[in-house]
Amino acid sequence: MTNDKIQYILQLADNSLIHGHRLSEWCGHGPILEVDMALTNIALDNIGAARSFYQYAAELEGQCKTEDSYPYERDILEFRNVLLLELPNGEFSDTLMKCFFFDAFQFHFYTALQKSTDERIASIATKSLKEVTYHLRFSSEWVIRLGDGTAESKQKMQAAIADFWTYTGELFDASAAEKAMMSEGVAVDPASLRPLWEKTIADTFEEATLSYPIQKDGAWFQKGGKTGIHTEYIGFILAEMQYMQKSYPGLEW
Amino acid sequence: MLTKEIILNYLEAVTDPEIPVLTIQDMGIIRDIKILGEDAVEIFITPTYSGCPAMSAIATNIRLELISRGVSNVKISEQLSPAWTTDWMSEAGKTKLNAYGIAPPQYRTKQNPENEQDVVVPCPLCNSTNTTLLSQFGSTACKALYKCKDCLEPFDYFKCH
Ligand SMILES: [Zn+2]
Repeated sequence: MTNDKIQYILQLADNSLIHGHRLSEWCGHGPILEVDMALTNIALDNIGAARSFYQYAAELEGQCKTEDSYPYERDILEFRNVLLLELPNGEFSDTLMKCFFFDAFQFHFYTALQKSTDERIASIATKSLKEVTYHLRFSSEWVIRLGDGTAESKQKMQAAIADFWTYTGELFDASAAEKAMMSEGVAVDPASLRPLWEKTIADTFEEATLSYPIQKDGAWFQKGGKTGIHTEYIGFILAEMQYMQKSYPGLEW
Repeated sequence: MLTKEIILNYLEAVTDPEIPVLTIQDMGIIRDIKILGEDAVEIFITPTYSGCPAMSAIATNIRLELISRGVSNVKISEQLSPAWTTDWMSEAGKTKLNAYGIAPPQYRTKQNPENEQDVVVPCPLCNSTNTTLLSQFGSTACKALYKCKDCLEPFDYFKCH
């Protein structure tokens, strides 16, 4: 039971960490100063949420684990983030579309997770929801601005939808740990969030004059991250993130 | 004999590292104080934003301040619930913030307006209400960036949260 709970918490933490890490790569590279600051602020919120979850997992697991044990000492197969978040940033339009798909999910997810029977998880959800509300506003406004913008910006947004759509399905697949925690009221059934997410996507894309694939039951999606089967890209993220701890184990600032 | 009041009094000297005109009490960061013994206390603090990098500096400053006052055994615990809100910012704090050049939160979160962009944020420099939002994300997570269309200065707005 505790093990499933730890796995579930790590899954949430890994999503926030990998997303935050990817966004931090924009620091100093944003198309304009305001966007640079926004992306790095959003990165910080995500890394903050990841820390709250890792701290909780460390307390539950004991055995001298700390919040740093999970990001720095695990290898690829132990990470449980969805594939969408480890994909390369690409152009601003690509990053933005990834953010929008994930922010829309996180908004509905944290809204539901506030009712978790685990008080600690519920309190992290409530805190993070306030922050994700800003993230979603930022990404959806940009989707509308660029979608309903010039021919070139629209084409880039359409291309980003085509590239990332197949990675969105995994958000709604429950992992084994998720299913175990759902039965105890700790976790949210991700499939139940799908209609809400689709409505947010549909409303925003309509305003952005963007088209997207029609959802069919049984449609095939890329998946694997929730079971530890990742794309090659996460290896490069971990190589950079874990470099110091691998070179100097236990190093402290 | 230590009391909560004495500790609160000591903590008046601890300010926010990013907004030095505000004490951590003005910010509403201190949630509770427990007296554990003659020279021992537990301070419960809450982060403003999940990733706020000021939190560890604040915890260190609380510890140093109390130790300098002879309270040598200081435990600092983080409390996430209820989630921090700008509603806890003191009125004195809001006045100091404005004088410092940062527009304070303009409404209480319970009376959330339909659209935050419709909120009028007066310029802290010239008091003009002819201002416009440049970016929801300012120099730190808790601030948005505005511009005054009268005095033409950009300014930070401490957003309602
Ligand atoms: Zn002005």
